Amino acid sequence: MEYKINFYVNDEPISLVVKPNHTALRVLREQLDLTGSKEGCSAGECGACTIIVDNKPMNACLILAPELDGVHITTVEGLSKDGKLTPLQESFISHAALQCGYCTPGFLMSATALLNENPKPSREEIVDAISGNLCRCTGYKRIIEAIEDVVNSKEGR
Amino acid sequence: MTNDGKYTCIGQGIPRVDGIAKVTGEAKYAGDYYFPRTLFAQVVRSPYPHAKIKSINIKEAEKLPGVKSIITGDYYKKRGGLYLADKNFLAVDTVKYVGEAVVAVCAETIEIAEEACSLIKVDYEELTPVLSPQDAMKKDAPLIHPDLHTYKVAPIFHPVPHTNISHHHVLRKGDVEKAFKEAYKVVEHEYHVPHVQHSPIETHVATAKFDANGSLTVWASCQSPYAVRQSLSDSFDIPLNKVRVISEFVGGGFGSKAGTTIEGIVIPLAKLNPGRPVRLMYSREDEFENAYVRQGMYAKIKTGVTKEGKIIAEHNEFLWDGGAYTEYGVNIVKAAGFAGSGPYNIPNISTDSYCLYTNHPVGGPYRGFGMCEIHFAIEQNLDEVAKDLGISPIEIRRRNGLRAKDETSTGEVMNVSGYQACLETVLQKLEYDKPCENNNKNKIRAKGIAAGWKSPSMPTDVASASIIRMNEDGTFYLQTSAEEIGQGSNTALTQIAAEVLNVNPNLITLTSGDTTMNPYEWQTVASRTTYCAGNAVKLAAEDLKEKILHLAEIKLGCGKKDIFFERDDKNNTTFVVQKYHEENRVPINTFALGLTLPDGSGMGGPAIGVGRFVVPNNMAYNPVDSQSPKPVAFWTIGVTGCEVEVDLQTGHVKVLKMISCFDPGKVINEALYNAQVEGAMVQALGTALWEELILKNGKIMNKSFVDYKIPTADDCPDVLESYVAEFEEETGPFGARGIGEPAMVPGAPAIANAIYNAIGVRFTKMPITACDILEALKKQKT
Repeated sequence: MEYKINFYVNDEPISLVVKPNHTALRVLREQLDLTGSKEGCSAGECGACTIIVDNKPMNACLILAPELDGVHITTVEGLSKDGKLTPLQESFISHAALQCGYCTPGFLMSATALLNENPKPSREEIVDAISGNLCRCTGYKRIIEAIEDVVNSKEGR
Repeated sequence: MTNDGKYTCIGQGIPRVDGIAKVTGEAKYAGDYYFPRTLFAQVVRSPYPHAKIKSINIKEAEKLPGVKSIITGDYYKKRGGLYLADKNFLAVDTVKYVGEAVVAVCAETIEIAEEACSLIKVDYEELTPVLSPQDAMKKDAPLIHPDLHTYKVAPIFHPVPHTNISHHHVLRKGDVEKAFKEAYKVVEHEYHVPHVQHSPIETHVATAKFDANGSLTVWASCQSPYAVRQSLSDSFDIPLNKVRVISEFVGGGFGSKAGTTIEGIVIPLAKLNPGRPVRLMYSREDEFENAYVRQGMYAKIKTGVTKEGKIIAEHNEFLWDGGAYTEYGVNIVKAAGFAGSGPYNIPNISTDSYCLYTNHPVGGPYRGFGMCEIHFAIEQNLDEVAKDLGISPIEIRRRNGLRAKDETSTGEVMNVSGYQACLETVLQKLEYDKPCENNNKNKIRAKGIAAGWKSPSMPTDVASASIIRMNEDGTFYLQTSAEEIGQGSNTALTQIAAEVLNVNPNLITLTSGDTTMNPYEWQTVASRTTYCAGNAVKLAAEDLKEKILHLAEIKLGCGKKDIFFERDDKNNTTFVVQKYHEENRVPINTFALGLTLPDGSGMGGPAIGVGRFVVPNNMAYNPVDSQSPKPVAFWTIGVTGCEVEVDLQTGHVKVLKMISCFDPGKVINEALYNAQVEGAMVQALGTALWEELILKNGKIMNKSFVDYKIPTADDCPDVLESYVAEFEEETGPFGARGIGEPAMVPGAPAIANAIYNAIGVRFTKMPITACDILEALKKQKT
């Protein structure tokens, strides 16, 4: 059995026929060619596939495709607009907060969702918001600082 | 910190050249390539650690609609391997570890492939497994590779026929027995390091496709495309010009993607289905079980020391749990055999390092390449020696840590050594002598330190090449096959080329990760990339510069000693300028296609520079004693200090501070150097406190991130700092040597030493879990 669903990805309306046993991650990567969201565990343990669904960060590997009907999704491909990076993306680069980069989209989505909801999070709140994202390269310090820097520069404005 | 004004680009923390691709999701990893008409592979795996394969029944699976091909070990029996040809990609005759691939299937969808696997019946006869290196050493131990004596092996490795020993590495220097007799004190301890897994966030993935003309293309997450190409060519008898390996970005390697693993399964399936790509991606469970693991190790260290605290004698015995295949592991055992002294000046030393076959998961390279494991023993043992002598852990290190002109245990004289400088920097930054704040009677804080060293454990003649081409507008293509695995090689190599040509690094585009398009690179391992590939890039850029200068002499009408390159960022170019007559200048792209002479004729042709590099003066060691005047390219040395807080009620350890100082020679990129060191410290922290593959009768019991905990953001120490002591490497590009792996080496023993200093318990086994601590505290009370 297949399902026809309508939803938004990065503000674009999408109509798709999907399989009930496929995940949102497979839909994004295999049907829509949005490969920025990564597969790291398929079990909601690593956060590499984090996307924003109706303003909440979620693991795309834990959402079944038919559940996407009617939702608004933002993926890492939808962060920069007209070729301009978001302050978080800029900050990740300037802080060298990425190495292999495979977990980076997930971290950016978790952090973006946090700052959308809470523009002035404390360090503890930042750490909490990214605690579901695993990174094996950086040791996290620079990721935390990259997010903090965006928070602080917002305060300055 | 590292830019002394001498350079325009070297030492600066310029942003990563791959930064934008990685924050926008545009960076393509091997698993991001989806092709039409792809077939999906799945694998039937062994449930037993050691068993004979009696029969395989694929009849039911073959009938399943959508199944395209099914292969077993019979399909290609040729054994392969990097240093020791002991491995089949699919089991032949016997299975040797739980999870070993026995049958591979490809089908129209992944679901069909999975179902087909469930329909395949394999009949096994269980054999007695060998489940520890000690058991593997026993005279009556079952032989896991009875034909070991017939295997092809690189000449520097010494398998012992009709045993489970696939390499016995021997180091002998001085008169150890005599020195033990003369010693004021002899201290002997044993240590154990379990198996751990690299846990890159990207699991192994590969897609292979054969064209009608027999050409093979493989998109693989691999650290060493050229080594993979060689291995596939050997294994499947395909000429090198018909094998193309593509791997643009790798989602973390840490060694696990250094060899050839998953590719060997998809290629034969692709060969049976020409024109159709065949894809296999490891699940996280597969990654724990079937990618490499870090070998387990047992160490016995005996140290003889004078009354003054000078180490005069040492004997090391390392037993390595190499797992079912040790084609790569033998080299780790060699590296440990070499480096068993640690970064210390010990005149009399002997080491026996044994690589043992067991029915455990396959051991392979992991960041540190044996050094993390042996330093867990060496650096704790050193603290024990100091305690027995009644001196501080700092004093013992000051008295024995390598200094310039000291001789290493392999007989090499150190030109430079950053040991003492690194030690003093860490002591100062950690405020080692200042007592910790201990205001909570249930939580004890203490500090600890450890040092470490590492050299690239590579053959003495490994090669690197690079090509740099100038475009018509004065931009450049820099070609290399150094693999960007997160360490920042694309950025560092770009900086090296930019420095030589004095151009803005933004004008250089680096290409790598494609064996057909880019020149040779041995492997991206061993913390050798900045050094080896960096030297090749530097030579290529110098070659290009020389060619430009040759034409500039004609164009500017002066000798090349009076010509310099002036970077002009405002005009986004570089000018070639005559000294003292600076108005006589032309933009660098004047020479992009050669030079046009006044009569309209051309000379020189397109500007292209070529660089080729092999390590200079590297000499093979004597296999009898491991001695050589110059057995390795360089040694990177450093020190890590930490402060921990042990919760006496829960046993929980919180690492509050981790501070490191290393001597990587000249730092090429300050930000990326610090990022490497920070990441390495936290990776070491994970192994010190939590990480262990729990093996029960050969089976891994914790194959997920829930059951195998790696550090999370919450575990990052509040203070995580990296410092540098730059004692330049005379053969390195601008004086650089490697840092990625050495940075992880002292972390775990530093934490173990700090825990000892907090609660007075010596843990000789890693990880040191909350349970271990509670149990030890209970014993302490009684």
